[in-house]
Amino acid sequence: MWMSELPPFVPFFLAALLALATRGVVRQLILLSAPILGGLHLWFDVTPGTLFNLTILEFQLTLMRADKLSLLFGYLFHIASLIAVVFALHVRDTTQQIAGMVYAGSALGAVFAGDLITLFIFWELLAVSSVFLIWARRTERSLRAGQRYLLIQVTSGMLLLAGALVHYQKTGSMAFDFIGLEGVAGWLIFIAFGIKCAFPFLHTWLTDAYPESTPTGTVFLSAFTTKVAVYALARGYPGTELLVYIGAAMTCFPIFYAVIENDLRRVLAYSMINQIGFMVCGVGIGTALALNGAVAHAFNDVIFKGLLFMTMGAVLYRTGNINGSDLGGLYKTMPKTAVLCIVGASSISAFPLFSGFVSKSMVMTAMIEEGYNYLWLMLLFASAGVFHHAGIKIPYFAFFGHDSGIRTKEAPNNMLIAMTIAAVLCLFIGMQPQYLYALLPWQVDYWPYDVTHVLAQLQLLFFSALAFVWLNKQGLYPPELHSVNLDMEWFYRKLLPNTALAIRSGLSSSANLLSRVATGGVTLWREKIINLSFIRHHLAASWPTGSMVLWIGVLLAVYLVLDEFLTKT
Amino acid sequence: MIDQHVSLLLVVIPLLAAPFVAVLPGRHLAWLATQIITAICFALAIYQLLQVLQGGIISYELGGWAPPWGIEYRIDAANALLAVIIAGIAAITAPYSLASVQREIPQHQHSLFYASFLLCITGLLGISLTGDIFNLFVFLEISSLSSYALISMGKQRQALTAAYQYLIMGTIGATFFLIGVGLLYAQTGTLNMADLAARLPEVIQLRTVHTAFGFILVGVALKLALFPLHLWLPNAYTFAPSVVTIFLAATATKVAVYVMLRLNLTIFSSDFVLKTPANEIFLTLGIIGIIVASATAIIQKDAKRLLAYSSVAQIGYMIIGLGFASIAGLTATLVHIFNHAIMKAALFMAIGAIFYRIGSSRLDDLTGLGRQMPWTFGALIIGGLSLIGVPGTAGFISKWYLVIAALEQDNWLATIAILGGSLLAVIYVWKLVEVLYFKVATSERQDVREAPLLLLVPTWVIALSNIYFGFDTTWTVGVAQTAIKMLGMS
Repeated sequence: MWMSELPPFVPFFLAALLALATRGVVRQLILLSAPILGGLHLWFDVTPGTLFNLTILEFQLTLMRADKLSLLFGYLFHIASLIAVVFALHVRDTTQQIAGMVYAGSALGAVFAGDLITLFIFWELLAVSSVFLIWARRTERSLRAGQRYLLIQVTSGMLLLAGALVHYQKTGSMAFDFIGLEGVAGWLIFIAFGIKCAFPFLHTWLTDAYPESTPTGTVFLSAFTTKVAVYALARGYPGTELLVYIGAAMTCFPIFYAVIENDLRRVLAYSMINQIGFMVCGVGIGTALALNGAVAHAFNDVIFKGLLFMTMGAVLYRTGNINGSDLGGLYKTMPKTAVLCIVGASSISAFPLFSGFVSKSMVMTAMIEEGYNYLWLMLLFASAGVFHHAGIKIPYFAFFGHDSGIRTKEAPNNMLIAMTIAAVLCLFIGMQPQYLYALLPWQVDYWPYDVTHVLAQLQLLFFSALAFVWLNKQGLYPPELHSVNLDMEWFYRKLLPNTALAIRSGLSSSANLLSRVATGGVTLWREKIINLSFIRHHLAASWPTGSMVLWIGVLLAVYLVLDEFLTKT
Repeated sequence: MIDQHVSLLLVVIPLLAAPFVAVLPGRHLAWLATQIITAICFALAIYQLLQVLQGGIISYELGGWAPPWGIEYRIDAANALLAVIIAGIAAITAPYSLASVQREIPQHQHSLFYASFLLCITGLLGISLTGDIFNLFVFLEISSLSSYALISMGKQRQALTAAYQYLIMGTIGATFFLIGVGLLYAQTGTLNMADLAARLPEVIQLRTVHTAFGFILVGVALKLALFPLHLWLPNAYTFAPSVVTIFLAATATKVAVYVMLRLNLTIFSSDFVLKTPANEIFLTLGIIGIIVASATAIIQKDAKRLLAYSSVAQIGYMIIGLGFASIAGLTATLVHIFNHAIMKAALFMAIGAIFYRIGSSRLDDLTGLGRQMPWTFGALIIGGLSLIGVPGTAGFISKWYLVIAALEQDNWLATIAILGGSLLAVIYVWKLVEVLYFKVATSERQDVREAPLLLLVPTWVIALSNIYFGFDTTWTVGVAQTAIKMLGMS
């Protein structure tokens, strides 16, 4: 169709440009054609081994490196963006449409990047374009959340840039291949990836910002950023043992937050970290089976997590509310959405015959094979937890539970179509996993449907369900309350400002003491130095000319003194 | 014929034109003359740069007196590039000034304004082209005096105070410079830069020479607004007329950075500078300057003032590059001189366009105007992204080379400062975006319209050049590398 070296981000960026110049139906067609045409192109024209180089700035940039790993993510991102575009077809907001296109294109650019510079460029574009999806909600909260999100994302980019440059200094190569945790470069890039991948303590941006986006924006957001990071880890750090522990922690800690959280989209954000944990474990184990499991799970996660975010988006779109405490009984008016939600919930809970099962079991099997028995138990616990908060809690509180009395309409057709595509994919991959397995990058013979696996998983799920029912009947289950739960972001949303306030008031109270003791001259100094921040009063103020002149003298004196005493040979 | 005199013409044309412009009647004639002259200068500057790139260093003897007795204009790639920046920015601010000046300056002062503007161009071009250190001082004074006059024409009353303060500080700086030059002359008996460079090694260990270097260093540091000698700059940029802010922010401090570079590389050798604490001072003050000035920019309540502090921070980047004293560092400095000129010009032009509409640049007054002035806002966003250093903009190129230079010397502190400075830039650029786009316009400003084309076209030319030079680096990095090679760094 086109030249096979065409980098896959190009159609998306072109579509974003064209969409800017058009309106209405034409624009929608353009938005739809980018993932469709791009996807067909990728599927039929591009074979592993395709390269496209460009020389800028004395570096050779590899804009297109197709191998089985990048191609798998390439297919995935095309499917995800197609679903997301269909889901958002009713939206008339230029900002969101353009940002979504650029964002999806940047994700593709990052995945096909063959060198660290190209990766960095798209890494930054991901951050800049996605933040508009958060701001598009146009509420004060989304504004603030977007701001925090952007800062963290840009920090990740800066770390990546610094790491890439150190890497270049040490090795003389910018190629993006295995990096490994050796030396400063390895760690810098590792942390950069870790931020985007939502490692524990670095994950706050995700649970903070994703739920603040628009109903459609979150669907885009859930598909790309973290999966690009998983891809980058699989490319740069396969077999890094530290990742196994990090991944295991990621699967477990979000469960507790997810259970007490009221905002259902935030529950999904936590369960997203939990799912990424499985992938990170897989990358950390590093055997062919584990890596296959990690990327296959990324593939499935995008689709079923997207499906869940879409159902919640549809609920939010129709009811204007997404708190578990206020919803309930929606199955009466949104039956189709409810069914689709249950499909997504079954997939994420890894029910046999649903897509989550065929990939999660790969990671679990690989873990046992490599002898991580205790961690395997953690993952088992996490699987039960997922079923709890994502598999049961989401559909239960939104569509069943106590009847909230909300009567609304079924989701719009375009939303239903998008959700149906995702649901069909979940079922298809769950029942016919051989097609997905054929796409996986490493050669492995694996079949998930044997007696042990199926039985073990079913037992786990039934006991987990039993626990939910029992806790709920006993009234022990944490009730859905209106609340804002802060986890790690407490450090910068509460601790930092509070400490600053405390220090300031401490300073001014001690200064008050001082002023009572000392004379008016001291009071004057207190006013000048301590009251309010140092910057506001001293660095930002207009200075009298005299004190400016003083600085000239100081600088000259410093130079002369240094020159006198520190004369170098 | 013209070939040989290009360098001289660059300085003489605006100098001779200035008195004529001052007496031209009517407001359009003066503007038109300025427009034509700046365009000619720009063309000449480009021509000169091409000549240097092809044929090497140009040496022009003023009045036929051979150096070191006569004054010599000595042009290599570094100052040819600088001349292009000065003349280019002047040529692009000239069309912008027609509307902007009409709005901000009383009509009877228009001719005087344009005359001062031309004199300022003369001074800056002279500084960059001359090969004689005393001649450099003269041009420094010409440019300074005319910029005091230009700043004082600001609409608000504080403009007078700001100009006065700058005058005091600038004069002290110039005096320090002159004292240093005097000491050098006493030791070597020459004022020609090349000749100085040849003779200084004999007397290099003398305390007098070290002291002379100190005086010159501090004098120039004040002109380039090195932290903490930057205190005159925020007021001057805030209260000057928009056109003046655009022009000075994009050129004046850069020219001073160039003088510092010339001083370190041509007059005093880099070996000598290594024996003084100069590089350590540059690095320390540069790093502190980046962080402190960026942090200060964040809390500003006036858009022009915010950008002024950001300029101080950006000068920190250039000075750090100088402090590395390596090929990579100096290349980064030269590249950033160019790139910062275009990014700051774009930003100040956008703010100037808003000022044109509402007569204020206070953030409280700007709320929601980004929606009403989408094109202006778009240019501001591009400039802001470039300032942050987003890939695909000119700012990224500078930061890239700076970080490479820092890593080359394993200077982690500088690396952190450079990258941290970008993060702080995200915050203060965001602050502008938030006010302009996400806040709601006050009721009395609902009818503010998009800026006129006369302002928009130059703004967008500069804004798009930020993107162009983010991809094509032959004219920035390529020329800078040639320049550093010509300056004899190895």
